[in-house]
Amino acid sequence: MNIDWGTLGEYLKLDHQTLKAMGVTAYTAIISQIIGVVVGLGSASMQRSRNKVARLIAGTYVWLVRGTPLIVQIFFIYYGTNIILGFQLIPRTVTLFGVGLPGAVVGGIAALSINEGAYMSEIIRASINSIDRGQLESAQSLGLRKTVAMRRIIWPQAARVIVPPLGNEFNNMLKSTSLLSFIGINELFNDAQVRYSATFQPVEYFMGVAIIYLALTTVWSFVQAWIERRLSAGYTAARPVENSKTRWATRAMGLKLGAGRAK
Amino acid sequence: MTDTQLSDTNGSSAGMVVATHVEKSYGDLKILRGISMSVATGEVACLIGPSGSGKTTFLRCVNHLEAIDGGRIEVDGRLIGYREGRGGGLQEDSDKNISAKRAEVGFVFQHFNLWPHMSVLDNITEAPRRVRGDSKGDAESAARELLERVGLADKADSYPNHLSGGQKQRVAIARALAMRPKLMLFDEATSALDPEMVGDVLAVMKELARAGMTMIVVTHEMGFARQVADQIVMMDGGEVVEQGPPEQIFDNPQSDRTVKFLEKVL
Repeated sequence: MNIDWGTLGEYLKLDHQTLKAMGVTAYTAIISQIIGVVVGLGSASMQRSRNKVARLIAGTYVWLVRGTPLIVQIFFIYYGTNIILGFQLIPRTVTLFGVGLPGAVVGGIAALSINEGAYMSEIIRASINSIDRGQLESAQSLGLRKTVAMRRIIWPQAARVIVPPLGNEFNNMLKSTSLLSFIGINELFNDAQVRYSATFQPVEYFMGVAIIYLALTTVWSFVQAWIERRLSAGYTAARPVENSKTRWATRAMGLKLGAGRAK
Repeated sequence: MTDTQLSDTNGSSAGMVVATHVEKSYGDLKILRGISMSVATGEVACLIGPSGSGKTTFLRCVNHLEAIDGGRIEVDGRLIGYREGRGGGLQEDSDKNISAKRAEVGFVFQHFNLWPHMSVLDNITEAPRRVRGDSKGDAESAARELLERVGLADKADSYPNHLSGGQKQRVAIARALAMRPKLMLFDEATSALDPEMVGDVLAVMKELARAGMTMIVVTHEMGFARQVADQIVMMDGGEVVEQGPPEQIFDNPQSDRTVKFLEKVL
């Protein structure tokens, strides 16, 4: 095998440059996932709304985003909007809460968030639909207003169902950030590309970057498993945990669904 | 207290529940074809009849879990789910008004519909606290009394999934009673239970009836109906076939359809 193990080993020591790129990958993924969940909540609510226009808007959004490639969306949002609008929608540097971010990062996060929102919208909608209708009916029969019944009875149960697919989405998100290299964001994959073009050692750097991604997603899968275990901890136990510190977990564990990973 | 309120419902205010010509369809399928009945305060009415006869649908209409297409239903002298429209017809009421009215009516479901993410105590105190604004302390002490009454005092901190079916249904009854309803509706409350659990739930229902609760009970338990009911309403094909005191319906049924139905179930 003609691999320069020395170069690979050196790369995997993660110098300052690579660590920085890893940080960009991590924070773009985390921020995009959080915004995606918020967008998904809004979109799912619109899809469940009585208002026809709201349903149509949300339905079109989900249809468009899920039906087109992410890379096209990233290019369209970062480059296309300037041309359509006739002005620079996303400036070269965006200052948010006193932190200056490159425009590409903001555009990239925007694209990933919009993309993620559509998938989260479907996940959230399906989770709510998975809660038996009788749950809402029993709440309403006791005089709870619909909004209160949704907040107190339906959402807490849906949240438990959402966790496993949400974990998968974030795993995907960590890898999808690599597409941001195409709009010049210096994240992990871009860092590897820069190194490769300086040395023409594709195998070493691309194998290396694959190992780094694998490490990131593996760490996440442990975190995800831990969260899921917390949510279903003691579910099969004869008696719930009485300790007030773990009471939140006990409360959340009443439901049988969602103990296993979705994929 | 039975005979007088049975037949004529026009403008009567004596009934806790007064239903007049209630109609309901799902698409082209007519489920209720003009149901009229009256249940007096303190009375227990049992709805019997073959499956698909519209018993459950009617019961759900009384709590406005189902909208009605025609006729009217009054609970304690006031419309439920609707208000008088300007043109003389009925208009669906606001969610706020419907909820306020529903709070007066307890509903016990065939499949319990307890909330699995809440303890038994929280299941029972949720509505008194959120709807009536009771303090946590008041709601919890009332809930513990109710649990005592249904024989589950030791289950306050359990979760629904740790209970048997019979225990779940008794918690569901306690949860409904916590709102101090004027009227209790039971939708085949024992049909989903193992046979040995049925007795416990029926005992709780009997105790409620003895205490003077107004009840409408959809049931296949003919023994219970004969023993506890003040009036039996026999339904078939979305119509009331026959109604009257249990002795009359069970011992001297007037309608062929009642005779046939009773032959099958007794």
